[in-house]
Amino acid sequence: MNASFPILSAIWLTPFLAGLAIMVFVPSGNVKAIKWISLASAGASLLLTAYLCWIFDYAKGGVPQFVEDMTLVSNFNIHYKLGVDGMSLVMVILNAIILFTGVLASWGVTNRAKEFFILLMLLGGGVFGVFTSFDLFVFFVLYEVAVLPMYLLIGIWGTGPKEYSAMKLTLMLMGGSAFLLLGLLALYYGSKVPTFDIMTLAQQGGFSVEFQKIWFPILFLGFAVLAAMWPLHTWSPDGHASAPTAVSMLHAGVLMKLGAYGCLRVAIFILPQGAMYWSHTLALLCLVNVVYGSIGAAAQTDLKYVTAYSSVSHMGLVLLGLATMDSMGINGAVLQMFAHGIMTGTFFALIGMTYGRTHTRIMSKMGGLAQVMPFIATAYVIAGMAGLGLPGLASFPAELLVFLGAYFTQDPFMKVVAVISITSIVFTSVYVLRVLQKTFYGPLTDEHFKELKDASFVERLPLIILITVMLAVGLYPYPILHVIDQSVVPIVHALRSMP
Amino acid sequence: MNSMTALVPVLPLVTFFANYFFFRRNRQVAPLVATLGVGAAFLLSLSLAAQVMGHPEAVVDKIKWLEVSNSVFGHFTIEVGALLDPLCAMMLVVVTGVSTLVHIYSIGYMHEEPGIARFFMYLGLFTVSMLGLVISPSLYQMYIFWELVGLCSYLLIGFYYTKPEANNACKKAFVVNRVGDFGMFLGILFLSYYLGTVDFQELPAKMGQWPLFGPDWLPLGVVALLLFCGAVGKSAQFPLHVWLPDAMEGPTPVSALIHAATMVAAGVYMVTRVYFVFDAALLSSVNAPQVVAWVGGITSLMAATIAITQFDIKRVLAYSTLSQLGYMIMALGVGGLGVTAGTFHLFTHAFFKALMFLGAGSVIHAMHSNDIRSMGGLRRKMPITAITFLVGCIAIAGIPPFAGFFSKDEILLALKEAHQMPLFYLASSVAFMTAFYMFRLYFITFEGSEPARGHPHESPLTMTGPLMVLAVLSLCAGWTSLPEGKSFGDYIHFKRSATLSSDWNKADALAKTNPSAVGDYVAASKLWSAAATSAPVAEAHASEQEASHEGAHESHAFKLDMSVAVPATLIGLAGILLAFLVYRRKIIDPAKVVKALGPVYTVVYNKYYIDEFYRFVLDKIYFVLSAAIAWFDRAVVDGVMNGLATGAQGAGSVLRRLQNGQLQVYALVMLAGLTLILILIKNGLI
Repeated sequence: MNASFPILSAIWLTPFLAGLAIMVFVPSGNVKAIKWISLASAGASLLLTAYLCWIFDYAKGGVPQFVEDMTLVSNFNIHYKLGVDGMSLVMVILNAIILFTGVLASWGVTNRAKEFFILLMLLGGGVFGVFTSFDLFVFFVLYEVAVLPMYLLIGIWGTGPKEYSAMKLTLMLMGGSAFLLLGLLALYYGSKVPTFDIMTLAQQGGFSVEFQKIWFPILFLGFAVLAAMWPLHTWSPDGHASAPTAVSMLHAGVLMKLGAYGCLRVAIFILPQGAMYWSHTLALLCLVNVVYGSIGAAAQTDLKYVTAYSSVSHMGLVLLGLATMDSMGINGAVLQMFAHGIMTGTFFALIGMTYGRTHTRIMSKMGGLAQVMPFIATAYVIAGMAGLGLPGLASFPAELLVFLGAYFTQDPFMKVVAVISITSIVFTSVYVLRVLQKTFYGPLTDEHFKELKDASFVERLPLIILITVMLAVGLYPYPILHVIDQSVVPIVHALRSMP
Repeated sequence: MNSMTALVPVLPLVTFFANYFFFRRNRQVAPLVATLGVGAAFLLSLSLAAQVMGHPEAVVDKIKWLEVSNSVFGHFTIEVGALLDPLCAMMLVVVTGVSTLVHIYSIGYMHEEPGIARFFMYLGLFTVSMLGLVISPSLYQMYIFWELVGLCSYLLIGFYYTKPEANNACKKAFVVNRVGDFGMFLGILFLSYYLGTVDFQELPAKMGQWPLFGPDWLPLGVVALLLFCGAVGKSAQFPLHVWLPDAMEGPTPVSALIHAATMVAAGVYMVTRVYFVFDAALLSSVNAPQVVAWVGGITSLMAATIAITQFDIKRVLAYSTLSQLGYMIMALGVGGLGVTAGTFHLFTHAFFKALMFLGAGSVIHAMHSNDIRSMGGLRRKMPITAITFLVGCIAIAGIPPFAGFFSKDEILLALKEAHQMPLFYLASSVAFMTAFYMFRLYFITFEGSEPARGHPHESPLTMTGPLMVLAVLSLCAGWTSLPEGKSFGDYIHFKRSATLSSDWNKADALAKTNPSAVGDYVAASKLWSAAATSAPVAEAHASEQEASHEGAHESHAFKLDMSVAVPATLIGLAGILLAFLVYRRKIIDPAKVVKALGPVYTVVYNKYYIDEFYRFVLDKIYFVLSAAIAWFDRAVVDGVMNGLATGAQGAGSVLRRLQNGQLQVYALVMLAGLTLILILIKNGLI
């Protein structure tokens, strides 16, 4: 491959076009072909991502690399501009892993498999696109491409009150998108140079402080809905509970990060003074997320609801890291996006496997499952330990940096928030261990459970991949933080250069 | 030499992975492989200890583990690695030594257990975590392994995972420890932020600058107590001691290894490691060491009283562990000689407590019961177990020349030298109670009439072998003075920073002249470096305090103060005599005493109802709050959203009508729409 090979386009188009190809060429009866095409394209994206990591210039992680720039609409200055810097690289890796393991975790889907995999591939491709877009127009279009299939995926393949959940999720996210569209247009028209180019807007936008104070919260909230910021988080428990396994994985694993990524890449980067102005309000809301989510999780009876509330709490840490408006916290936030993505993907994959066997997700109806499915139980314990921020797993350095980052600022308010948010390490342990005890330990509660089988090879594969990544990052976070840190520097520089 | 230190935890880690990948299902090989790893680590520790004795300077080897930019410091870095000094070497030997013996013992004890490979993997992982903690060169690394030790403890207590009691116990242990860890984390955070480092090499020299770098609202004493919270959790001090007795639900070798000899020692070790923080805290407005001493004292008294009333052999030992840990903590709190005395007691206690737990395991193995009321006369059936157990009892009762005598004597001496007379009398009464309840246990279990049921038999050599080794150690571990008349403190070379109080006063004076700089790291460091280059400020203030604090830790040769040693021995003997009269000769009927004590006995027997208090907090406050949040989410937050949705129902019904289920149509419509828009835009039509 030569230097001009458009690797970023290749990464997002591989699954996207595979989805279209399945739609057009493969008859819906041929489930096997559909699955293999999906897996092959997800695997190809994964390999391309690995290649991208190989050729990425780690000394220049702070500037977009492999930039592809093509004018789409010249009179509106709309470009198809892709690029990858340190943090987008990390997000691309996350998406590649989650998409690949998500396809594996959906191997058992038989109901309307064709449509399912089409949507999954479109969604996965869209997410790749968002993480590499440096033009807001393309960013927004692909963002919607990623969010929209969710409605159908939940509404058709979901369980429980799926129509209500799908509707709620879609309406709330669309509400966020409406704000977003408004905000993006404001950026376009408010900028000195009418452009959608993120770097140009950030460096030469010349937005006045007043403008930033008004538009920052609108943009931020538009994105933060997707990151489940309190009190706009309630789509998440219902949505996750109703969604099928792979959709929960992708949604909690990657889509929620899309929101947080947007908050950082667009709202904070382009409107730094607005961000500084609103940082206390944001920190307060995030604190509610962290503490409220972790205490609320202990009252849940359904495994998916527990995980959804824990996501609310963990995403609160991501947003809190961002709200510190300082490099340590933002580093922690980006790493937490990655760590939470991997961890929550593992959780939902495991819950899917458990549900597929026991046909219930209500904890009180389970118990003692470790006796019949030791592999699943062990993996669940590991994921749970990641959830409570145990050292050795990826969440620990992430949470550590968020907590420390909030305290390591010059802002007394942020210090108080930091100390209160650290209480969550106790609350988290309560609900995580409660789940393990009720579901996997103790005597077997149901005679029928004796017949259950442990994970098959196809089921083990995604778990092994996810847990290996969790361990690798957790044991030695230096390399990934090195990559993230470089790309955080320009953002913090923008935040620091106050007039 | 330094890279060799890191190898100590790596060896058992290698065998852990070997077991996981190759021998997970091999019940014969997995235990041997695990034992081999720990044994090798023990031999390595011995050689390291031999090299390091007499070399007080620490050898450190570190790599960057995490680094990010930060606006306050420029860069924030966490390094991990290995630190080797005499204190560390001592702990390495204790941990690997006891761990090896427990491994060997477990080969016999667990041989019928179906999950034996899993058991040995957990044991190995625990040893790795504990060793990683011991060689930590900074508080961050210590916290990392601190948590991992907690995880292993959780896994091992809950080893019999089908037993509900075991599940409750392991959950309780983890959550209670997390409460302590919360405090510890804050302590690390404050030190790290205000002093810029938590490295054990760099931190001592910085302690004196706290008045300048630390904020007004945070006296150093509070930071010291926050760190101490971690020890309160891990070393099971009042009020976070509740997890340890329940932890006896785990297999008995685990109780011996982690809940008696090593893991619970982590708290004591941590306090010893960062003792300079407590020392410096003496100069602040909060007298942290005094609080530490009293927490230890209360724990040791409370646990000793409970131990007298219990009938479960492991629970008696568990409360005895609590009590002895309280002893060590108390010693640490009084400072001076107490710091080395506490560490000394940690060292000797590890042997005799491991011995007694393993002995108890041997008894349980034979009797299939924990209740001492169903036992009796076991000495004739299991002589090795009985005699070794007796050695442990004598050692813990503090009778010369057994190990416990020397360390206990040093603690009492330290209390007396520090003029902490209330604590001195408290400790003496605990010594009496300890001798009494240990011999109560011994007489009921091993002497007197035959057991009511069962056919007890002596355990196999894999089990009695470690008992005999530990018995010898319980006898000799206190003889530090034999070769050269040295005290234990001479071996571990406990030192303190000499410039502490002059630094403190200088910083205090600077802080008073520039109050705005306090707590602001950048401003404070500028101030400090300016002061360091100019003439010394306020050096004169330093004189008095300096005199009173320095010299306290001067190393001193071994000495035996007869005015302490003789009464202490007599107290121990008196306790034994009383137990003999009550439980062997049966001159005094315990039932009558219980009756006479009435409600007092009930309160003590029920462990002062502290467990019930926590249950109340968890069930009636925490879970109610949790349910309230769940309700609020459903009713209020969701209520508002649903209300909004109802308002927009028109849009909803349109959406619903569109939902005909033909996905391709949706996708095509989307694609077509997008293309149309793009074409229109491109041609300038919109």
